[in-house]
Amino acid sequence: MTDKTAHTGKNTGGGDVRLTGISKSYGSFTAVHPLDLTVPQGSFFALLGASGCGKTTTLRMIAGLEDPSTGTVFLGDKDVTDLPPYKRPVNTVFQSYALFPHMDISENIAFGLRRRGIKSVKKQVDDMLELVQLGDKAHHKPHQLSGGQQQRVAVARALINHPQVLLLDEPLGALDLKLRRQMQLELKRIQTEVGITFVHVTHDQEEAMTMADQVAVMNGGRVEQLGAPADLYENPQTTFVANFLGTSNLIEAEVLETGSDVLVTAGGGKLRVPGDRCTSAVRQGGKVLVGVRPEKISLAHADDAGSIADGRNRVTGRIADSSFIGVSTQYVVNSPAGAELQVYEQNIERDTRLVPGAEVVLHWNPAHTFGLDAAQDIDAGVETVEDAS
Amino acid sequence: MRWIRKNLVVIAGLLTLAYMILPNLVVMAFSFNKPKGRFNYSWQEFSLDAWKDPCGVADMCESLSLSLQLAAWATVGAVVLGTMIAFALVRYRFRARGAINSLIFLPMAMPEVVMAASLLTLFLNMGIELGFWTVLIAHIMFCLSFVVTAVKARVMSMDPRLEEAARDLYAGPTQTFLRVTLPIAAPGIAAGALLAFALSFDDFIITNFNAGSTVTFPMFVWGSAQRGTPVQINVIGTAMFVLAVLVVVAGQIITNRRKKTATA
Amino acid sequence: MTATLTKEAPPIEEPVLRKPSTRKRLVPYWLLLPGIIWLLVFFALPMVYQASTSVQTGSLEKGFEVTWHFQTYWDAFQEYWPQFVRSVLYAGTATLLCLLLGYPLAYLIAFKAGRWRNLLLVLVIAPFFTSFLIRTLAWKTILADDSLVVDALNALHVLDVTSWIGWTEGDRVLATPMAVVCGLTYNFLPFMILPLYTSLERIDGRLHEAAQDLYASPATTFRKVTFPLSMPGVVSGTLLTFIPASGDYVNAELLGSTDTKMVGNVIQSQFLRVLDYPTAAALSFILMAIVLGMVTVYIRRAGTEDLV
Repeated sequence: MTDKTAHTGKNTGGGDVRLTGISKSYGSFTAVHPLDLTVPQGSFFALLGASGCGKTTTLRMIAGLEDPSTGTVFLGDKDVTDLPPYKRPVNTVFQSYALFPHMDISENIAFGLRRRGIKSVKKQVDDMLELVQLGDKAHHKPHQLSGGQQQRVAVARALINHPQVLLLDEPLGALDLKLRRQMQLELKRIQTEVGITFVHVTHDQEEAMTMADQVAVMNGGRVEQLGAPADLYENPQTTFVANFLGTSNLIEAEVLETGSDVLVTAGGGKLRVPGDRCTSAVRQGGKVLVGVRPEKISLAHADDAGSIADGRNRVTGRIADSSFIGVSTQYVVNSPAGAELQVYEQNIERDTRLVPGAEVVLHWNPAHTFGLDAAQDIDAGVETVEDAS
Repeated sequence: MRWIRKNLVVIAGLLTLAYMILPNLVVMAFSFNKPKGRFNYSWQEFSLDAWKDPCGVADMCESLSLSLQLAAWATVGAVVLGTMIAFALVRYRFRARGAINSLIFLPMAMPEVVMAASLLTLFLNMGIELGFWTVLIAHIMFCLSFVVTAVKARVMSMDPRLEEAARDLYAGPTQTFLRVTLPIAAPGIAAGALLAFALSFDDFIITNFNAGSTVTFPMFVWGSAQRGTPVQINVIGTAMFVLAVLVVVAGQIITNRRKKTATA
Repeated sequence: MTATLTKEAPPIEEPVLRKPSTRKRLVPYWLLLPGIIWLLVFFALPMVYQASTSVQTGSLEKGFEVTWHFQTYWDAFQEYWPQFVRSVLYAGTATLLCLLLGYPLAYLIAFKAGRWRNLLLVLVIAPFFTSFLIRTLAWKTILADDSLVVDALNALHVLDVTSWIGWTEGDRVLATPMAVVCGLTYNFLPFMILPLYTSLERIDGRLHEAAQDLYASPATTFRKVTFPLSMPGVVSGTLLTFIPASGDYVNAELLGSTDTKMVGNVIQSQFLRVLDYPTAAALSFILMAIVLGMVTVYIRRAGTEDLV
């Protein structure tokens, strides 16, 4: 394994990908608004967003397949904005792979090396086939391989060139769920092994969170938020991020008191939000969106309301629906504070009284509450049936 | 210079296109000519004479009408026979498939003059009088393979589950064929029919061998190349060209409109 | 133990293979029958008659008789071999020119035309709408002595080169081999462009991007990816051009001279004017053998079955 990590040796010293003020418009349509982004060398970086959010365009601008309308692309200290794709030390794993149908697997993998005038490629191709565990398929044609195998060939074909950056455009999109999970781990393993910077474009938030060190959430041609997966999940800065990454309960509330703890009121009840977890300046009498993740909430039957510890945020309501999904039970609760609040309860000791129609109290630690600027679409980033199709 | 290098393909392609279109423009221009001798090869002066009297040349319009009839019947024959073969080839398994495939492929891989000559020996040996019917037989024969190819391509790309769905939804075999299979195969059949019509209408070599004293429009043009070319030939050529381009453009506009209303 | 088991095991029923009804099995044959009979009677059978005619002797007055006179083949070939050579040479050159001229246009339509694509496609097939004989006659005007085109070629010294290799005579183009090849190229260009376009258009644009991403310059991308993937179009385009061009006699007759006669001209005049049927039939078979032979070798070499 050590000989493979050695490949990165030549890349050390300022190998970050830096995009400064980069944008792309087609006529009057702006696919990507001017954005600045730095991908640290050696990291696994994900661009996450729904289709049409500009993530693929951004990736293609790094690859050189799309000319940016404004801005500059730096690889390390080198400005590569005007270099055509075949002169950039960057390789891409294409969506649905784009394997050359008239060449066999080893010819596909050797393609890049041969174009750069390297004559003896056999050893490297064999090593690469070994890395992606396709040693026995060297002389098959792409169409004779399964989707997962084709995907690994596409990775091998790009990686053999030891690019400074490997770009992956929805590389797992064409695979079924089980294979996708397997390939996520596989890609992560390869990345750790070779140590090359990976920039991964995906619309699957789980995929982004499992694999990436850093995730940039994109929406409408802009980066909404950038950070480590856990940080994005726990501290969403916008309603889009709060809704797109996992599920959030967002409650519109009015500010009563400000301070280190912000006191707000919603539907007649009072809630506390840590002041440093509010994204915008709050002022007395103003509006704020109070958010809490469904798994942070505990559910108690209204009869047991007295036993809830003091100092917790409480919301009363009635169970509208419950669905048992094995590890947990998901409840939908209607309350004066907000309709259809989501609650995930682990199935440890199931309270048989918690059935649709039951009066309940939702309670959680105020530290798990976050506050968002109320001047946003509360449903931004919520997956609807139309989006999913 | 850099601009030229960057657009080399475009320039080369457009030059080829010019090469292909030039004769049509010459035909069009010379339909307004007033030639001095019997041949209409060099420009003399502008005149509308030929356009005013397109059928003014003896036998020309008769040959044109004969060619149109011939093409229509040849199309009907080739489309009926060819569509049946195409469906059999795609939808059924049977013996001797390879032999049948080569029998259909060979007429397309044979120089026309060979087919023309061999068909003539058949008619001569059988003592069949050459004329309209021998030409029609020949035209159906060589159009058949093209129709089979066009229809086969369409039927092959057809999802067989559509027919299964129709049967599942209570359509009997006849209903399924009329309401599902045929409408979906229609573009392929139409393409085959257009091709057959064009091939038959414009055919010269096979007709030349098997027509006897019957004169189709291409035969008339051929004869006039020896005797003297009337300007009216150019008038007919130009009129057909303009008419066909108009039909294509109109068709394009209609499909574009339909697409727009469909997406709106 | 085994005994009890076999006793208790339910009797294995002989599976009944239900054959489809005879009526159903015959459907494909009924569908095939009329068309296939047509092809057998009017395509295959004539070949047999032509074969028998080619080994007959006799005269028009006394009638012809099968005498297995194979000498006709040799005599015909000896007398007309220059026409055979010309046919292969002219058709081959025209095919090559069609490929060289047609490829850029097919490429332009497939990849660079954008919203002009349909218009360009219409323009490619538009010439078909005018009878090809009329269009071929137009070349008589275009290539006439002292026409614009000929003057231009003369000024560019193209005619010096073509005269030097014997394709034109002095400053004349009409009635030379070049005029015939020019007409053949013109007539069969659409048959080259359409298959080329179809196979180019099918190429996934991402393959070009993938090649460029893997350090292939545009030229290399074309050489290593685009052209190999368009081979099916190249093969069918060249066949669709070469086969009819080799048997053509219209261009040689209208644009050429007696020195540019191709084998098609000979077959035509032997059949329709000289009425020497055995010689004509023999010539026709020799042409067929040459064409089919060349085509077979070509398809083998091009190895289309190896392409996706």
